[in-house]
Amino acid sequence: MQKSDYIIEVNHVSKQFEDGKFALDDVSLQIKKGEFVTILGPSGCGKTTLLRCIAGFQVATEGDILLNGEDVTQMPPHLRDVNTVFQKYALFPHLNVFDNVAFGLKLKKMDKKVIEKKVKQALKTVGMTDYEYRDVDSLSGGQQQRVAIARAIINEPEVLLLDEPLAALDLKMRKDMQMELREMHKKLGITFIYVTHDQEEALTLSDRVVVMREGKIQQIGTPTDVYNEPQNCFVADFIGESNILDATMVKDGVVNFCEKDFECVDKGFGEDQEVDVVIRPEDIYIGRLGDEAKGKEAKGKESPWQLHGEVQSCIFKGVHYEMAVLTDNGYELMIQDYHAFEPGTNVGLLVKPEDIQVMKKERLCNTFDGEVLEDNRVRFLDEEWDIPERVAERFEVGEEVEVEVDFNRVNLQDDEEDGVLCGEVYFILYKGDHYHLTVRTDDGDDLYVDTHDVWDDGDRVGIRVAPSYIRLYKKSQESGTKNQD
Amino acid sequence: MVFQSRSTWAWPYALFMLCLVVLPLLLIAVYAFTDANGSFTIQNFVSFFTKSEAINTFIYSLAIALITTIICLLLGYPAAYIMAMADFKTPQVMAMLFILPMWINFLLRTIATVELFRMFGLPLGEGALLFGMVYDFLPFMIYPIYNTLQKMDTSLIEAAHDLGAKRHQVFLKVTLPLSMPGIYSGIVMVFMPTVSTFAIAELLTHNKVTLFGSLIQRCFGEGGIAMWNYGAALSLIMLIIIGLTSFFGGDKEDINR
Repeated sequence: MQKSDYIIEVNHVSKQFEDGKFALDDVSLQIKKGEFVTILGPSGCGKTTLLRCIAGFQVATEGDILLNGEDVTQMPPHLRDVNTVFQKYALFPHLNVFDNVAFGLKLKKMDKKVIEKKVKQALKTVGMTDYEYRDVDSLSGGQQQRVAIARAIINEPEVLLLDEPLAALDLKMRKDMQMELREMHKKLGITFIYVTHDQEEALTLSDRVVVMREGKIQQIGTPTDVYNEPQNCFVADFIGESNILDATMVKDGVVNFCEKDFECVDKGFGEDQEVDVVIRPEDIYIGRLGDEAKGKEAKGKESPWQLHGEVQSCIFKGVHYEMAVLTDNGYELMIQDYHAFEPGTNVGLLVKPEDIQVMKKERLCNTFDGEVLEDNRVRFLDEEWDIPERVAERFEVGEEVEVEVDFNRVNLQDDEEDGVLCGEVYFILYKGDHYHLTVRTDDGDDLYVDTHDVWDDGDRVGIRVAPSYIRLYKKSQESGTKNQD
Repeated sequence: MVFQSRSTWAWPYALFMLCLVVLPLLLIAVYAFTDANGSFTIQNFVSFFTKSEAINTFIYSLAIALITTIICLLLGYPAAYIMAMADFKTPQVMAMLFILPMWINFLLRTIATVELFRMFGLPLGEGALLFGMVYDFLPFMIYPIYNTLQKMDTSLIEAAHDLGAKRHQVFLKVTLPLSMPGIYSGIVMVFMPTVSTFAIAELLTHNKVTLFGSLIQRCFGEGGIAMWNYGAALSLIMLIIIGLTSFFGGDKEDINR
């Protein structure tokens, strides 16, 4: 048999539940022997489902999973050479610590003396020596977690799966356990696959991070890659603090945002292409605008700062201060610095070229499939919308069209009744001077909205679009060229 | 102030229990230890232990109750297990169907059972008695077991699978031990009423089989006032047996929690 470099290969795995929802949507992932891989994402992103498919508790609807080159997609969990540490420990309450840890070995009918030796060894590894005969209910959360780990590693699996193992512990305990898990991983030399929603935990622990959202992998990379070079707005926003701004790639090496041209290191986006930029708050240099700076400006010399603004707020965060600065051209930026600048201070801001991360925009406007109806109406998103007569005239009734609506032309209403369509604010991104919202309609379609109004996650909204802002395109010929505009 | 205390609210209940639970119990005890003239005696107990008829009926009743309980357990556990584990869209409906017979008075059900036996030309007697008792008390076995199984954390079963246990091993090493509290309360809930039952026996055996409950009933019913003292003694003995069963049952339940 051909030996693969990877201990686990997940190939195009999809998992669809009975209600038709996809928990996993074409997920592919390769994991090397001995790696510490973290699957990171918000709740409901499919990370636990992926882990359960690898463990064998759930069977993928499509695709296959290879363990050590062998197809295990349909194999029941007790035959797989992987062990799981469960989120709520799942220790057997009717057994004491020793019997819990020995559970796997006893099933293998091992010699009693060997079992005893191995249990002692496993308990020593997790720092729980002398707890053998304690009742599991009498242990603290952290201790139960250690027993759960001991129970899993005693079987010497090739892969250890950990499902948010530290989620139930308090902060201090969690930090300690993180370090211990890293140590254990080094000592045991086996592959760890770790599921968490805590981005800091993922960055601290792993060799590689897999960021997931809505059943899809968003990015796979080392912690530094994922942090410094997020591939899209979601990753940038989910991992760490960030300033995400609309920008235009002027040409290779020059990007325009906050109405200024900035030097950057990114290339290959084309000219005058709309993009997103991410700047981490700690990557923005901040300094007081002294009189001498103003003086220089007055003399016609260029200011050393790229942006000017006024500090709006300043919060002490322990190691650093977090400040919100409103630039003189109306953009709000978050900045972290060791020095505090009082609100009201006039400051200058500076960003180094290598600290600007440019990302391709996932979409430039809302696009839907539509059908032209009678009486100057068009149907899309399962609703009928009015369109101006002059637009309707260009199409035949019943013609299939592509519908476009700009982000900033979607009108959200407080009262659901006022909208043609109802939806829920699902994801909010602050872009310096406006919010970019994802609104999910009741039918499960997504609309993207740029707005200056403040909405909360989960707000119910009515959705309206003024007739003149609905653009229609013929489906057949123009669909190819249209995406470029 | 007395009326501000929440415990004042318990007074009506205390009074209720005093009149309808404590006093009758005391009366039974008094009757059991006196003769027809009201003077103290232990003759009632002596005659129970010396009369072979009484003691045989007692042992027979215990045996019938035991067999009923065992059959209920053997039938009820799988039913509860299937209900709790299987992926029914509406497990409540299944549970409801098992509970539904309990909505009808058990006397009516027993009379209906008698008619069923007659319709199919089956003989009444010991077999019919066991059938009727199991039919009547099965829900009391299923429900507590279903309850414990349903509340059980499914990740425990997954953990056992994950650690290499086959299906039957998962059942023997995890599911069964963890459902013991349900089994104990099921046993207590079936065993206790079956020891003292008499109506089912009368109806389903045409009075051919006498259970301990029937014996007591006869002392009070047909024996006239002269037999009340003996009947009280028999009641007291039964009470002690039932008390012991529930005491042991309840005890084990606590340990398992």
